[in-house]
Amino acid sequence: MAEPTLRVDSLSKHFGGVVALDAVTLEVHAGEIHALIGPNGAGKTTLVHLLSGALAPDTGRVHFDGADVTARKFHERVALGLARSYQVTSVFRAFSALDNVALAVQARSGSSLRFWAPLATERALFDEARAVLAEIGLAGRDGVPAGHLAHGEQRALEVGLALATRPKVLLLDEPMAGMGPEDSERMIALIDGLKARLTVLLIEHDMDAVFRLADRISVLVNGRVIATGPPDEIRANDEVRRAYLGEEQQA
Amino acid sequence: MTRSEPLSTTMQRWISLAVLAAAIAFPLVARPLEWDFYIGFASRIMIYALAATSLNLVLGYGGMVSFGHAAFVGAGAYTVAILMAEGVASAWIAWPLAVLLAGALAAAIGAVCLRTRGVYFIMITLAFAQMIYYVAVGMRAYGGEEGLNLATRSAVGFGLDLKNDVTFYYVVLTILAAALFALRRAMGARFGRVVVAIRENETRMEAIGFPTYRYKLVCFALGGAVAGLAGALLANHNSYVNPNLLYWPQSGSLMIMVILGGVGYLYGGLFGAVALLVLEELISGYTIHWQLGVGAVLLAIVLFAPQGLAGLLARHRDG
Repeated sequence: MAEPTLRVDSLSKHFGGVVALDAVTLEVHAGEIHALIGPNGAGKTTLVHLLSGALAPDTGRVHFDGADVTARKFHERVALGLARSYQVTSVFRAFSALDNVALAVQARSGSSLRFWAPLATERALFDEARAVLAEIGLAGRDGVPAGHLAHGEQRALEVGLALATRPKVLLLDEPMAGMGPEDSERMIALIDGLKARLTVLLIEHDMDAVFRLADRISVLVNGRVIATGPPDEIRANDEVRRAYLGEEQQA
Repeated sequence: MTRSEPLSTTMQRWISLAVLAAAIAFPLVARPLEWDFYIGFASRIMIYALAATSLNLVLGYGGMVSFGHAAFVGAGAYTVAILMAEGVASAWIAWPLAVLLAGALAAAIGAVCLRTRGVYFIMITLAFAQMIYYVAVGMRAYGGEEGLNLATRSAVGFGLDLKNDVTFYYVVLTILAAALFALRRAMGARFGRVVVAIRENETRMEAIGFPTYRYKLVCFALGGAVAGLAGALLANHNSYVNPNLLYWPQSGSLMIMVILGGVGYLYGGLFGAVALLVLEELISGYTIHWQLGVGAVLLAIVLFAPQGLAGLLARHRDG
């Protein structure tokens, strides 16, 4: 296996007296779907915040695509190809679905310090945005304000916004949160389709989805990675069963 | 963007042209009737409309609740007054300098303030503005607390004399119309989309790769620069500047205009300035407690038309 595209070296983060992440070390290889599972409060979303640059770690380093990006800002990491989605849908609710995605395209296509030329005439921007909408299954929903889309559609748009930044590595924070089985199937197909093009770090509670999609799985419990391996190995791991899977099955 | 442009564009264009035509015609009617007071009053309204529009860019479109906008108006006004006192009367030197200085001041203040959010942002912009106010008070050489009289109005050349109130009116009208047109263009361009999107969801803007701080700073500085231009005009209009131009109630007045007129609407600043200054003029004719009346109207607007006058008009036309 080549040099990992995303490498996390003993990353720690405290919030006051609470240890959210405790020396997390993790490698995500190019082209894989790497799932991160763990009980609520294990620190999964905190890890996404640290990887994306939304929060700074207390200690530890983040390496991306061969470079240390620990000091890089949020938007700089996006420009390098490290994008994220949100567990709680965070789209531009007043903007149309098309305008949402077009914004993400705009972000990487030159300066936006343009004060005169009408945005509406930038065909290339909107053509590309339409292609993304088609990919996430929102073709024909161009003009609908994001806030008026159905829940499943908003979740798809949530991923679409990240996709439209053309990432090399996509951090998906519970893309199936709150979804019914039908929408979940669609999301699974969408993520599966990304496999050929990019690397995915998938945080997800839906175990069915995780075991179907993931090439490798890491298990985060109380801010520590207690196991990493292929799905079969994780399923068979006693410690994981005790800490997480068993608990889930009983529930 | 359902919020900003619910009126059909053609409709809006016709209304804009009609209002512009009326504004152009106004002195032609007022002059023979010797309504000189109203020509001056209309100029004052338009200058405040320009200042309020510049705040609307920052507060309405950009979502940055700045409580120190009067500092930039004052910086522009003092630039013109001080240059005049030093013998530089040319508008072509003084006005661009007023714009540049106010813009630079806004950039410097914004660079610090924009690192904070919410209530902290409001308070720190206020604090900076008060600092600038005390600087003005402390400038003994330029009148200190007493302020400074302008010997004359700025010289624009081309055979135009700003001391003529009708000429001054048309210069102000031209600048306001140009500013509103530029604002509309900018908000329809890439920059406008970015600024409004940052207002809607700043975190997500970073998450899709925008350096939001930079865009907010540009927006804040532009707002300050245009406020500086309004200040330059105001100094000319009053033929007088004093530190009260920069005092915090002035920032409050501009905010009230924007809220009254319509936060984030193209004509929000214009409607707000017209409404507030006309109300003030009307009610102060009856009672010295005019602020009570203005307060009641503001309360009514906030309760019954939270989108302001521009929003009310847009909704009405829509429905």
